[in-house]
Amino acid sequence: MHETTPAKTFRVVVLVVLTLFTIFPLYVMITSSMKSLADVQGAFTWWPTQLTLQPFIDMWTTVPLASYFVNSLIVAGSATIVSLVIATFAAFAVSRFRFRGRTVFTTTVLSTQMFPGVLFLLPLFLIFVNIDQVVGVQLVGTRIGLIITYLTFSLPFSIWMLAGYFDGIPRELDDAAMVDGCGPIGALLRVVLPAARPGLIAVAIYSFMTSWGEVLFASVMTTADNRTLAIGLQLYSTQTDVYWNQIMAASLIVSIPVVVAFLVLQRSFVAGLTHGAVK
Amino acid sequence: MSTKTTASESRQPPLRTLPSARTRPNGRKKRPKGWWLPFALLAPAVVFEMVIHVIPMLTGMWISFIKLTKFFIANWGEAPAAGLENYGVALDFNSSVGRQLLQSFFVTCGFTILVVAISWTLGMCAAVALQRKFLGRGIFRTLFLVPYALPVYAGIIAWKFMLQKDTGAINHLLFDNLHLSGSKPFWLIGDNVFIATVVVTIWRFWPFAFLMLMAGLQSIPTDVYEASSVDGAKPFRQWLSITLPMLRPVNLVLVLVMFLWTFNDFNTPFILFGNAQPAGGDLISYHIYNASFLTWNFGLGAAMSVLLLLFLLLVTGVYLLVLNRRSGRA
Repeated sequence: MHETTPAKTFRVVVLVVLTLFTIFPLYVMITSSMKSLADVQGAFTWWPTQLTLQPFIDMWTTVPLASYFVNSLIVAGSATIVSLVIATFAAFAVSRFRFRGRTVFTTTVLSTQMFPGVLFLLPLFLIFVNIDQVVGVQLVGTRIGLIITYLTFSLPFSIWMLAGYFDGIPRELDDAAMVDGCGPIGALLRVVLPAARPGLIAVAIYSFMTSWGEVLFASVMTTADNRTLAIGLQLYSTQTDVYWNQIMAASLIVSIPVVVAFLVLQRSFVAGLTHGAVK
Repeated sequence: MSTKTTASESRQPPLRTLPSARTRPNGRKKRPKGWWLPFALLAPAVVFEMVIHVIPMLTGMWISFIKLTKFFIANWGEAPAAGLENYGVALDFNSSVGRQLLQSFFVTCGFTILVVAISWTLGMCAAVALQRKFLGRGIFRTLFLVPYALPVYAGIIAWKFMLQKDTGAINHLLFDNLHLSGSKPFWLIGDNVFIATVVVTIWRFWPFAFLMLMAGLQSIPTDVYEASSVDGAKPFRQWLSITLPMLRPVNLVLVLVMFLWTFNDFNTPFILFGNAQPAGGDLISYHIYNASFLTWNFGLGAAMSVLLLLFLLLVTGVYLLVLNRRSGRA
């Protein structure tokens, strides 16, 4: 099939414009992370007047970046694992069983995605404070409070996507496993889960990204003890200076793990979307 | 969202009930063995959704009817009832509170329309441009997904740096490189705030449209295009009469999801402006956040949130109703 000239022109124009638009901030982020403080405080230059890697060293001491990093890692990692387990069970129930309230459940869970975060941010904060006063379990300013909050953010999409994925796995496989003496749970663990690996990976990435980038709840629920990168990265300024070079260096470092993971596994992600979402 | 579930359910193979229930078809009184299993599997998800979403939301609705100010924050059970007073204050457009809320609402509407329309267009252009195989296609696809993969705050902080008046890349590009006339403007305060907010949000959101549309395009068989080009259909014609109709289910969900996310967007203004709250970037979530947490008047903030939820429910309901009716006729 031959490509017509207008079609080719369209393609080239679209790709050039979108590439420039996409790259611009990334380019600024990368080059500015290798500039000296004087350089980022003066007029913008496309290339550092003096190439330096000092910001990548200084950024750890200007703010306690390492502790924010660890907090984010623990919070996002735990939220991802717990949410993945919960979503797998729920998706298995939705995909393999017919039971009363099934449609109500899926509709309700998905519609929680619609709620504006500000509506339940404050009540949740107050509930957490009250739990602390009554039971003595501190949830505001601790990692555990963030973990249980974040894991619910990715649950609806995870359940929905995994259920779509499980639907694509033939039920005959479950039956075969059950004939061999497995219960439904055995079939889930031994047959369905291995077959759904790309879907599980996609959902795990999605959950991790959601927690790693969350700002709104972090701005209220974190104190110096459990501050995550989302808030910590905004602290690179003093009364007199804003350390833009260090901010860019830190942004780069905290982005690389998630971006690389996402890009390496994007095929699973797209496959998961086509399976679950698009169908 | 309900279209999503119904659409996927209609295409699913018929579900089996539990094996033991099948062997005992009229066992209505006796519950089949293992009937509790699906409920047990759902229980953790239900519990967490209840604790983090449903109960706080109901509490939020209750708070909107009480006078919860900083004086009652420690023992909020004792805050006096306010009736509809909070709603009255929020909707009194002659007072400054009501006027600012209305202004924030209009800004958010304009912002949402622009962001969703442009993001969808860019995503569609990119998905179509990358539909056909060519050398380097994978590189572009990967590159375009980077803004989506980037942690939300990292991307916005980079833009914040670029939008600085004297040290930023935007003004340097426009005035020093492209030699626009006039003096370098402020982007993060004053009149240009709206444009800045829209551009930054589009940069973050369009890859999501691209991702969804790309996934949707993969399910269109190529022989449909081949057949139509044998019939002499030009590419634009093909897009109009093959691509667009085939992507309808994707678009239905995509536009709704993008609308909801954009309308509720808090990250862009919060990271770009901190607590400065410039009028052009005063998106509704950010406005309510500031109204609650800067003035500690939580009853009023909750009332505003409930109004926002009602508006979103209304728009979503109308959207689904109109589109479902139209697809029923087709």
